[in-house]
Amino acid sequence: MKRYLIGLAALLGVAASPALAQDYPTKPITMIVPFAAGGPTDIIARIVSEHMSRVLGQQIIVENVAGAGGTTGVTRAAAAAPDGYTIVMGHMGTHGAAPALYPNLKYNPATDFAPVGLAAGTPILIVARKTHPSKDLKEFIDWAKKAGDKANNAFAGVGSVSHSTGILFNSTIGTKPTMIPYTGTGPALNDMVSGQVDYMTDQIVNVVSQIQGGNIKAFAIALPERSPALPDVPTTKELGLDYQVSAWNAIFAPKGTPPAVVAKLSDALDKALDDANTKKRLAELGGVIPDKAGRTPAALQKLVEDEVARWTPILKAAMANEKK
Amino acid sequence: MDLFSHLALGFGVAFTLKNIGLCFIGCMVGTLVGVLPGVGPVATIAMLLPITFGLEPVGALIMLAGIYYGAQYGGSTTAILVNIPGEATAVVTTLDGHQMAKQGRAGIALGIAAIGSFFAGCVATIFIAALGQPLTRLAQLFGPAEYFSLMVMGLVFSTVLARGSIFKAILMVLLGLLLATVGTDLETGQERMTMGIQSLSDGIDFTPLAMGIFGFAEIVRNLENPEARDVVRGKIGRLLPGWDDIKQSIAPVLRGTFIGGILGILPGNGAVLGPFASYTVEKKLAKDPSRFGKGAIEGVAGPESANNAGAQTAFIPLLTLGIPPNAVMALMVGAMTIHGIIPGPQVMTKNPDLFWGMIASMWIGNLMLVIINLPMVGMWVKLLKVPYRLMFPAIGIFCCIGIYSINNSAEDVMFAAFFGMCGYILLKFGFEPAPMLLGFVLGKLMEEKLRQALILSRGSFTTFIERPVSAGLLIVAVAMLCLALLPSFSKRREEVFTE
Repeated sequence: MKRYLIGLAALLGVAASPALAQDYPTKPITMIVPFAAGGPTDIIARIVSEHMSRVLGQQIIVENVAGAGGTTGVTRAAAAAPDGYTIVMGHMGTHGAAPALYPNLKYNPATDFAPVGLAAGTPILIVARKTHPSKDLKEFIDWAKKAGDKANNAFAGVGSVSHSTGILFNSTIGTKPTMIPYTGTGPALNDMVSGQVDYMTDQIVNVVSQIQGGNIKAFAIALPERSPALPDVPTTKELGLDYQVSAWNAIFAPKGTPPAVVAKLSDALDKALDDANTKKRLAELGGVIPDKAGRTPAALQKLVEDEVARWTPILKAAMANEKK
Repeated sequence: MDLFSHLALGFGVAFTLKNIGLCFIGCMVGTLVGVLPGVGPVATIAMLLPITFGLEPVGALIMLAGIYYGAQYGGSTTAILVNIPGEATAVVTTLDGHQMAKQGRAGIALGIAAIGSFFAGCVATIFIAALGQPLTRLAQLFGPAEYFSLMVMGLVFSTVLARGSIFKAILMVLLGLLLATVGTDLETGQERMTMGIQSLSDGIDFTPLAMGIFGFAEIVRNLENPEARDVVRGKIGRLLPGWDDIKQSIAPVLRGTFIGGILGILPGNGAVLGPFASYTVEKKLAKDPSRFGKGAIEGVAGPESANNAGAQTAFIPLLTLGIPPNAVMALMVGAMTIHGIIPGPQVMTKNPDLFWGMIASMWIGNLMLVIINLPMVGMWVKLLKVPYRLMFPAIGIFCCIGIYSINNSAEDVMFAAFFGMCGYILLKFGFEPAPMLLGFVLGKLMEEKLRQALILSRGSFTTFIERPVSAGLLIVAVAMLCLALLPSFSKRREEVFTE
């Protein structure tokens, strides 16, 4: 059944493509967001697609297809007709960490897509319960090493950004805490605010208000420069910790989408990221907008390949460890 | 007092023509999606999110909040008229609400649900305004261990939901718990019992299960004996509750409001327990518990009030803490973020107009809902007069659209059809679906909290007894279980002796 559908989709794509390239787009475009509405990736998708719609002259409709750490939606996008009318907002998890986390993954992030461009990254913060004894990152690292598996590292479920980045953080500082799984950032933060768990790593948009409100502590932000949203939080770079990570979000089209169509989408994304209002709204989220060179399809292709290469060994090692 | 100046500010914001209009639209849309089986507030709010881009944040949130609690009002309509719970919180309403409809008292059931909801909504709003912040701190006492014990207590309620055999009810609860274990393992990410079907990797969705087991199964059963259905059509009594009905409902409404309001504050979606807890309490307090399940008005008034009170107080963790207790609230977080307000503990001080404006709008919204809903009762009841051969395709189609709209997935519709078949078989063997749905809803939370609590305690079960709140809840659960089981044991003994 599935094979038949893919075949049909490919056939339709081939049949439709000649007329497409010049007139594209002639009807609304569906942007699959592989997460529930309201999350960071969804919000970035909605902000960016709003201006892209204006540039393209056709509405981009955001369709949330959540499930299995985002891989359900991305699988559907990979099998869609490559005509530019179905695109997907992938992210660090679906196009970087997924091959290591999901052995039965039905797509290859590096070869099954025509990359359109990087939309925005959201930096990662290392946060802890407000009653935590450590004052700064150095004290915290010492504490975590000493505590070993007595430390509780919360994360928002297997495959989430907080999961991968937490594993990376722990392997960077060389500690093996007890990982406490939650079904989302909300419940995890709730237990951190009430002091049930010690620390976690997560995207700035999820934790910024809790830090500003004094409900949790922030030790460092994994960015080269401080974020204007949290100017008091030092960067891992200035603290001398080799922990540079960002939950990037990027637009992909299915493999075989005509290059002219990809170019139009890429151009629309570029214009959206230059728009003052879009910039302002992304900045409010603590989002980092890529520079001109970082927005191109080629740059995204390289990013995906680098990320898969980076995450696969770390995550595989951590997963193998857990199985023991 | 601060409270009054804050409320004055709030009403100042909410009483602009634009915001009243948005509140009305929200309530209207909410009522409609609540009535349509399957289309829930989550899908609706997600679809309408882009429309709010052009609005001011306060107006946008007032409208979205209206959709949410409006859907709670509307949901009871479907539960009462056609025995389909749109959401977990409406499951209980089907028990006595639909029985009342079958006895020609649909109007009274709908009326009392609206009045109870209105009262609960108003009280809960004042509750949020006055006690929101201190209560948040109280709710923070709830860690994974406490939640687990709360869910255990919830499961004990299920034995009371049974109309017939307690034994069968317990079996159904266990079946519900089993169904809840399908999906990805929380800790390891391994897929469990998904049989390689990708849409099962995040578990079975509530809506296809509830639509199938209640909605589709009910349609099949009605088609089997159309005469029974026509009896319902023939008997339509008075449209609105009389003084006697209201007198009977006052105490259940008060108790339901209190129970639902308290459980709604818990940031771990305690609100789902509200209607179940209220129903249990009413049945236990009733002079003649055997009336329950056969159209007792208390069984509608209490849970409907609890449901609405919980829907309102669920805003407390969102507004005071910035932490969403359920999927709808998570969407509200998204909506606020899109509008440049990142919800958190400072929303109250940084955006007081938004915070108090929303609270004031909830009060206005509740008033609107009762005004929208009471006159519509007559219209809804007339729907029952529509011949069933025209009704059932419509119900079926709306169910399918609703189920599809949740994940944009056709497989979910197939699942609903499958569950419908299972539901019909279960009905034939005299098994009630309501305890199963309770087991299913609680099962997911229970497993999650049990494992979190045990990982945190490094595997020690004493954590549930060492923590005072958790121990207290467990004691209540055990006591209730004894109360529920004793009569049936003694009855059986009598039966044995008479033989």
